[in-house]
Amino acid sequence: MHVTRTVVSPRPTPLPPFERVVELHGPAVLRLCVARLGPVRADDCFQETMLAALRAYDQLRDADAIRSWLLSIAARKAVDLHRTRAREPVPVDDVEPLAGGAEAVVFRDEALWEQVRGLPDKQRQAVTLRYLADLSYPEIAAAMEIAEPAVRRNVFEGLRRLRKEIATR
Amino acid sequence: MTSQDPAADRPKDMNEINSNQSDELALAAALGAVSGPGPAAWSRVREELARRAEAEGLIDVAYERHDSPLGSILLGATAEGLVRVGLPAEDEDAVLDELARRVSVRVLHASRDALTHARRQLDEYFDGGRRTFDVALDWRLTRGFRREVLRATAQIPYGQTASYKQVATRAGSPGAVRAAGTALATNPLPIVVPCHRVLRSGGALGAYRGGPEAKAQLLTLERAG
Repeated sequence: MHVTRTVVSPRPTPLPPFERVVELHGPAVLRLCVARLGPVRADDCFQETMLAALRAYDQLRDADAIRSWLLSIAARKAVDLHRTRAREPVPVDDVEPLAGGAEAVVFRDEALWEQVRGLPDKQRQAVTLRYLADLSYPEIAAAMEIAEPAVRRNVFEGLRRLRKEIATR
Repeated sequence: MTSQDPAADRPKDMNEINSNQSDELALAAALGAVSGPGPAAWSRVREELARRAEAEGLIDVAYERHDSPLGSILLGATAEGLVRVGLPAEDEDAVLDELARRVSVRVLHASRDALTHARRQLDEYFDGGRRTFDVALDWRLTRGFRREVLRATAQIPYGQTASYKQVATRAGSPGAVRAAGTALATNPLPIVVPCHRVLRSGGALGAYRGGPEAKAQLLTLERAG
């Protein structure tokens, strides 16, 4: 992630109590996890993200960067968990709905999201982070570790492809 | 760094998309038509986080709210013991900010034994059945003379009162009445360290962190017992 260094910083904004971080940014983390892994595995992703963040929290320098810092942790955890799943055989009860809190994430247009899952990887990530996780472009750029114009391009291309596929369904 | 409002930059990409494809807007709206976790689901996720964080020893200050006849009391505990009792008159965010600044930023709403014990004893106290608190205290939010004043205050028996001057004297500085007042006004552990038992010399109530009504209520409770 790119870090901007300020020339004069007399007193950095103090870090808020971690409880407030969970309150303010936890929902976005959970949405990101659902977007990347689906509702069943989202809980693990959320818990591992927040525990890792809590472990490292007092080392964080910039209170203004908390949200993008958290989301980049979540994005990495999602990749890890995705890989783990690819290597593991799928246990039967893993398919069962639905542990924890992510179950309340409702896809109003499930068929549309089926199409989203079929998008090329970067477009799928960008579209889900934009419209499911409801993140801003700079936040998505931080989470995907790519430049903001590339995020916009991927969202744009993803939507264009979805439109075509929906037209033929 | 950037706008925290994810919706703020949405119109821009809609424009860019809409330039020649009018149905993109409907598409994006359908994609966005997703609700987040509901309150019940969200609190379950939060509880799981608190449980795991506590099990892994990652919480430096755990806190809970406790309903009492005075209103909702905030209780914070470190590994050493009860570190903060926030009275209903205090701003909860300010109390949590203070804990983050002075103890640790690893503050999380979570249950732990020290809090459970303190809550049970508070209930017993407000029911009139408990006269002394038996919980481990973490005194780190007060130091020096102020701590001495509070330790002296902790010795005032249930149902009795002392004057600011008496407390200053017991803390070793009979002349430091005003400083004793400050110590009591900033007591991080009210009720448990009974600063409400310290009155003005004439018997007037004096100030209280939780407001004069709360002070009067506690004294009335103790007189009845």
